[in-house]
Amino acid sequence: MAAGPERAMSATDLVEVRLNGATQRVPASTTIAAMVSKLGPNAAGLAVALNEEVVPRSRWECTELANHDRIEVLVPTQGG
Amino acid sequence: MPLVIAGTPIESRLIMGTGGMPSLDGLRDALVASRTTIATVAMRRIDSGVPGSILDVLTELGIRVLPNTAGCFTARDAVLTARLAREALATNWVKLEVIADDRTLLPDPVELLDAAETLVSDGFVVLAYTNDDPIVARRLEQAGCSAVMPLGSPIGTGLGILNPHNIALITEAASVPIVLDAGIGTASDAAFAMELGCDAVLVASAITRAKHPPLMAEAIARAIEAGRLARKAGRIPKRDHAQASSPTDGRANLYPAPGLSPARPVPAAGLSPAGPAPS
Repeated sequence: MAAGPERAMSATDLVEVRLNGATQRVPASTTIAAMVSKLGPNAAGLAVALNEEVVPRSRWECTELANHDRIEVLVPTQGG
Repeated sequence: MPLVIAGTPIESRLIMGTGGMPSLDGLRDALVASRTTIATVAMRRIDSGVPGSILDVLTELGIRVLPNTAGCFTARDAVLTARLAREALATNWVKLEVIADDRTLLPDPVELLDAAETLVSDGFVVLAYTNDDPIVARRLEQAGCSAVMPLGSPIGTGLGILNPHNIALITEAASVPIVLDAGIGTASDAAFAMELGCDAVLVASAITRAKHPPLMAEAIARAIEAGRLARKAGRIPKRDHAQASSPTDGRANLYPAPGLSPARPVPAAGLSPAGPAPS
């Protein structure tokens, strides 16, 4: 394993995030896209907020999670 | 002429809320029976255990999806929820709800106006769920809302329209569509809303929690049409006393009612046991 700055990107490092209100430990540099794909195969109609800001689908691949991030993944349901 | 919201024609004047139905199949039947072309959905945390998707049903039936901000208590919460819905559903339409508490589910007008202003300036087409307060309705219209949705009575109560006078004041003054939202219990409530000048009615519980949802959906859809026709027809004014619809001239005076005709002969004297015997 490389030393120095590369160390921070190691997949063995874990960060603690809150996903839909539940605390999870995930490898550092996990992207939103990776997080969402674990929730189910159907990503249609999904929306993601990271720390109370919408993350457009086009940025899921390039947005990495940091320690203490709050992620909300919402879908349309019956209502109203 | 169809209902037009923000320049978009909406063929159905019944907007259906999709909450409260235990099965998607049952909901599909009710949606079909309602002949609605626009229905609301809520935004909630993903639950991978839930099979099927309301979105699939609406897409299959060609029904426009109207996301709401149900369950939001603050303007900030509602604005973020609306933005998430826009991202999820690729629509800038939102039924804006900001409620004050769980017990009444009544709108919080201060937070509501705040959220409406933010969303309008962010390019949303805002349909604002509000109290039956004509002044708040006017403020929402001035804030740029594309439709104002006053309640008939609190959500899910089925109490009908508790303040028809206020609803009439709102519809008289409005230059955006007025959609009666919440409190409908049965078909006659929906007809009444339209008679009061509403442009459409949003119904969820009255249909989804009825014993036979498709039947109630059809009943309410027809009531909305009937109420709209009655509104266009121009109802008679209410009067304190009766007004005959048959002509009063030319009546035969066959057996006049007692007490109405002073000229009527009084036979009582001749029949009285105390009086003189007939000759």
